[in-house]
Amino acid sequence: MSLTNKTYWRGLEELEQSPEFVKNAKQEFPDFLPSESENGGHYRRDFLKMMGFGVAAATLAACETPVRKAIPYLNKPEDVDATIPNYYASTYAEGGDYCSIIVKTREGRPIKIEGNKNSSISKGAISARVAASVLSLYDKERFRNPVIEGKKSSWEDLDSQLGKSLSEVSSAGKPIKIVTNTVLSISLQQAINEFIAKFPTASHVVYDSISSSAMLAANGKSFNVNSLPSYDFSKANVIVSFGADFLGTWLSPIQFTKDYSVNRKVSKDKKTMSRHYQFETTMSLTGANADFRTAIKPSQELSFVIALHNSIATSLGGTQISGAASVDTKMIKSASTDLINAKGKSLVISSSNVLATQLIINNINQMLGNYDSTISISNPSNFKKGSETTISSLLTGDAGAVIFIGCNPIYDFAKGKELKSALSKVAVRVAISDRPSETSSICNFIAPDNHFLESWSDANPSEGKYSICQPTISSLFSTRQSIESLNRWSGGMMDAFSYVQYVWRVNVFPKQSEITSFQLFWDKAQYNGVFELPSSNSSLPYTFDASSIASAVSISKSTNELEFSLYEKVGMGNGSQANNPWLQEFPEPITKSTWDNYICVSKSLAKEKSLEQGDRVKLTSKNGISLVLPILIQPGQAANTVSIALGYGRENAGKVANGIGANAYPLISILDGFASFSGTCTLEKTGENSPIAQTQTHQTMMSRPIVQEASLSDYIKDPYAGRFRPMIKTNEGEKKPEDISIWDTKGLQTHNYNNHFWGLAIDLNSCTGCGSCVISCQAENNVPVVGKQEVINRREMHWIRIDRYYSSDNKEDKSIAGFTTMEDPSENPQVVFQPVMCQHCNNAPCETVCPVLATTHSTEGLNQMTYNRCVGTRYCANNCPYKVRRFNWFSYYTNEKFSGINPAHDSRENEGLGKMVLNPDVTVRARGVMEKCSMCVQRIQSGKLAAKIEKRRPIDGEIETACSSSCPSDAIIFGDMNDPESRITKLLSDTNKERAYHLLEEINVKPSVSYLSKIRNV
Amino acid sequence: MSYDYKVLRKISAKFTVLTLILFSFSFSKGQTIPTDDAVISAGKALFENNCTQCHGVSDDVVVGPGLKGVHARRPLPWLIKWIKNSTLLINSGDAYANEIYNKFGKTQMQSFDFKDAEIISIVAYIKSESEKVPVVAAAAVPQGGGGVQQVSSNDGVSNNFILVLFVLVLVIILIVLVLILSIITKYLNSSTNISDIDKEVIESKFDLSAVYNSKAFKGIATFAFILVIGKACLDGLVGIGISQGYAPTQPIAFSHKLHAGEYKIGCNYCHTGVYKSKSASIPSANICMNCHNAIKQESPEIQKIYKAISTGRPIEWVRVHNLPDLANFNHATHAKVGGIECQQCHGPIETMEVVQQYSPLTMGWCINCHRETAVNGKDNHYYDALMAAHTKSQDGNAVKEPMKVKDIGGLECSKCHY
Repeated sequence: MSLTNKTYWRGLEELEQSPEFVKNAKQEFPDFLPSESENGGHYRRDFLKMMGFGVAAATLAACETPVRKAIPYLNKPEDVDATIPNYYASTYAEGGDYCSIIVKTREGRPIKIEGNKNSSISKGAISARVAASVLSLYDKERFRNPVIEGKKSSWEDLDSQLGKSLSEVSSAGKPIKIVTNTVLSISLQQAINEFIAKFPTASHVVYDSISSSAMLAANGKSFNVNSLPSYDFSKANVIVSFGADFLGTWLSPIQFTKDYSVNRKVSKDKKTMSRHYQFETTMSLTGANADFRTAIKPSQELSFVIALHNSIATSLGGTQISGAASVDTKMIKSASTDLINAKGKSLVISSSNVLATQLIINNINQMLGNYDSTISISNPSNFKKGSETTISSLLTGDAGAVIFIGCNPIYDFAKGKELKSALSKVAVRVAISDRPSETSSICNFIAPDNHFLESWSDANPSEGKYSICQPTISSLFSTRQSIESLNRWSGGMMDAFSYVQYVWRVNVFPKQSEITSFQLFWDKAQYNGVFELPSSNSSLPYTFDASSIASAVSISKSTNELEFSLYEKVGMGNGSQANNPWLQEFPEPITKSTWDNYICVSKSLAKEKSLEQGDRVKLTSKNGISLVLPILIQPGQAANTVSIALGYGRENAGKVANGIGANAYPLISILDGFASFSGTCTLEKTGENSPIAQTQTHQTMMSRPIVQEASLSDYIKDPYAGRFRPMIKTNEGEKKPEDISIWDTKGLQTHNYNNHFWGLAIDLNSCTGCGSCVISCQAENNVPVVGKQEVINRREMHWIRIDRYYSSDNKEDKSIAGFTTMEDPSENPQVVFQPVMCQHCNNAPCETVCPVLATTHSTEGLNQMTYNRCVGTRYCANNCPYKVRRFNWFSYYTNEKFSGINPAHDSRENEGLGKMVLNPDVTVRARGVMEKCSMCVQRIQSGKLAAKIEKRRPIDGEIETACSSSCPSDAIIFGDMNDPESRITKLLSDTNKERAYHLLEEINVKPSVSYLSKIRNV
Repeated sequence: MSYDYKVLRKISAKFTVLTLILFSFSFSKGQTIPTDDAVISAGKALFENNCTQCHGVSDDVVVGPGLKGVHARRPLPWLIKWIKNSTLLINSGDAYANEIYNKFGKTQMQSFDFKDAEIISIVAYIKSESEKVPVVAAAAVPQGGGGVQQVSSNDGVSNNFILVLFVLVLVIILIVLVLILSIITKYLNSSTNISDIDKEVIESKFDLSAVYNSKAFKGIATFAFILVIGKACLDGLVGIGISQGYAPTQPIAFSHKLHAGEYKIGCNYCHTGVYKSKSASIPSANICMNCHNAIKQESPEIQKIYKAISTGRPIEWVRVHNLPDLANFNHATHAKVGGIECQQCHGPIETMEVVQQYSPLTMGWCINCHRETAVNGKDNHYYDALMAAHTKSQDGNAVKEPMKVKDIGGLECSKCHY
């Protein structure tokens, strides 16, 4: 302004800078509304006038019918019809997990994942993580376009620039490293191999965040096979596991749960079951299901294994191993006796990453003759092929280029921090990943990958088992599959589909001779989702050198120091799906905690250090790594140990996961080239406290027989063993609850079920508590996510919960003080899991108290909930004896508070992307209404319609609820109790009628959900 | 009435002769086209579901030629070959086939996977239709002669007549009463020996304003007024959200009257989901193109479809029937399983130039139908046990009620709300 000597003004006021002008100039908006509030009186009246007008205007505006559009396809695909779901067979192979799946799509959107029964590996089961993966597809934080040096770019630019850089690196003779986790896909492996052929300096580095490298090495030494064996738990009558959480997280939990549950079921015709011993540090899902569980310190594991080995060797005449510390051998002795009795039909496993331990485990199985029976090394599985030594080669930083494909070593490799600084010396850093990660954040080229539901790929989880991954939606963003990117950089021009076909034509098609046309072969494999060759066992030469492990034994003496162990959570796994709100809110099966990780400590340790639940402590490991987390008092935790879950503390995963918990991966130390998941540490109080959001905090049943259990021997003697059969004392003597009722049980008001009578039967013996049903239900029924604070406020919305009960030793004292002591978790309690959803009572207490008839009973035995009629009095929830009704406290789909976490949330920011996962057959509930399990009435209705169109009755098994269809242990059986041929009728009236009971039978509400008592093989 | 009957009989006799001549004509070609009603109705169903998109039984060209009298034009074996695979016939060098093919702009007729018997039934239908046309035209002649209309409106007249008669009688009674009154008044006025009080009564006039000003009248009037206003308000409030008669202007002036009414294209030809899914579905542009790639291409309305296809922007139709999201209505359940005609809910759609919402689509309307409608359970094994149970429950009843939708849970909440 002062460049010229002129003054510019628009009026005199400005020129004169009158007080009025100065005042108005400072105010952006003029003060039009006369405010009379200074002299009082009128303000309130004005407000009411305005309000009155506002309400009237809003009412009038609402009267007008909004114009709604109906937009059909321009060119309708032949097999896609509006409102009819399409199902596609595909493959889930993320984070080391494998599952053959069927994807349900509606109008081209994948909305639900079911298991594929054609697969001999996953056998139609899914896990919570597989069920939740569909939500990750609609994660708004996924990469949307190629990025070069932090700037949005195009594929042409990326290909040309990267191609130039790679050839420069290659011609300079500098190494190119391709880093991946274990590659199950034969097509991706082929693409990597072709890339290496094009760039001779390139090499493939395979690592796994949770490594089994010691097992690979042990099998190399024992059998000269550098692979993990395949296991068949269904053939094992005695199972001994050292730390392996095979039902929750170890190797292939879906497959193992399915097989394990086969031998855990009992009935009138099968009164045998497997016996399961578990030796572990923290309470795992598998430990919770074991018949005998022993809490051991991580440093004691080898000694226990040697003790078992020596005990078996004594009986069967093998070599003794000396040098182990003495341990309490009571449980070892009984385990070894059982193992020897079940010789050839037993299984001993360990998740330990210590070579000596794995060698001894191999020798135990060899002595017991389990190879080619319960274990097959000649049909190896392809899981966990990674090694820590190869990735450590990156730490030198002398590579010219490094390409990370779908892996995140900066976060989940023990030496992530060193790796990060080493990589700063590498000129070309490429990330092929579908979403941001700690590793992608330091890369200068980002080639965004498709989500697996958008991809053509395949998997080869074990020898002779192949499965196809086909896209169920076209790419949402400008992404390109890793196979295609690698092929392009190797000079190819193939798209992923033709590439996978080409690999199958060359590598898989010739393995069979049944079908002569490749197209027919491909079509069949694509339709089935899998192609499997019959497996054949062949004995491999076995060597065992007892002396080679003596050195390992000498260093692993047990100490009295505080030890830590690292474990994976059933929902979170290695943390690759951390940005999935369903998984964050998934209650961990054992601790029932959500949205957090914590340090599990035993009761005695907490007492000793005077720690309370939620106190934040600083844990410092021997090699100086420290982290601060709240503590959680975990019954069954080994004395003087703590356990921390991996998979948390993400920094660059997205809005949902960032900043939750602390990253425990740096605590992993690498000993002799093998990652060690335990060590010694110290604990220090910080004085801070942060509450842990647990969905189930009480640990007593207040002596009510909600869970009924018996030992196998008692069950064989009396099938009613452990059953509580209540009798009510009346003036006419003792009566069964069903004979006395305030309801009219015989007259007109009785429910008559002429057509169907739907029910669920839940076998507590099979249920492992894995929680697959919880997420499956959430996906099917549009259950909102509420966040940590709302869980703390006890407002979680899951329609099905899995109650976890610890059994307490104290059962006699029924005084109030007695109950208080029952709250005390014992040091090593037994655990029972009980899935509880709406029990669909036939004398439903909720129905009688609803003032507006929003909850009523159907002629098919369902307790119906009508959201549009509900006024939210919550009387029903108060009157529900099972506490299965959920109240909507917020409009989760519009409230900003839930914008980051709730999939139904729709605002401009996320463009309604998460909304695409919603099931259009189920209402998204509004604020102020009650909701609960509907027994998947939408599935019942569509199943009935299919039957009616075909003019027949529904076939048993044709209609499945979300929970029953996803259950990997077939613990939940759904069916028509009026159909004499249905599985549920047979179960409840014949094969297992003695074990069947209802929750709180004494109150005679007649639930349609029945439970079968738990039988323990003790 | 008897007169009519005679006329019709004469005419039908004439046409029997005509049909016999036609018959002998077709017989001369050495083929038998059945005249059985069952065959004709089977043929009608097939024709309406498969042929009406391109052909009519008239001389008019729709997409392909009008099929009136085609049974006479071509021998049956030729028709069977043509319908099964016209291309094969054209390539075989058949002269007539090639002539037709060239005449209709080398548009190939779709091949149909029919059995011979099915094709014969279609031809039988065409034949019966072709022959019906002159009958209708002829029947119009005696209508001009009169006599028919009188008979048809007989019942209505008699009812009205009674009413008018009743009113007439009342009026006569009133007049008679007034006359009597005036006679008595005159007589009393003429007589002299009556008291003053009586005289006052005789001379008193009827005072309307007194009634008008009376408290009772005011009270009644106010009450009635409030009632009327209240009723109007309530009706207005209840009617909020009910869009009966809603007939928005659509982006393309598609006429159901023309397509469904005149050309008799079956509903499920375009609304493909109606027998299999929840949504009947609005047809996609490629369905329009099945016919309109050949006919009326130049029409500005059809050009809009071409534009949509070339720009890749789908046509944004305005939704006429809007059920709230919380209600699950399934077309397949009603149209396929229930066997309900589309018109029951959508009204006479085949007469609508612009589609409008015919039914109120309120819950009361849904429920009422579920109360009154009998379940279509014949030959459907799903309902066997239910039917048996229902019949049993009706055993003692004098009047046997059919099994209604309400009897099998048709009024329950989660049949529609979940």
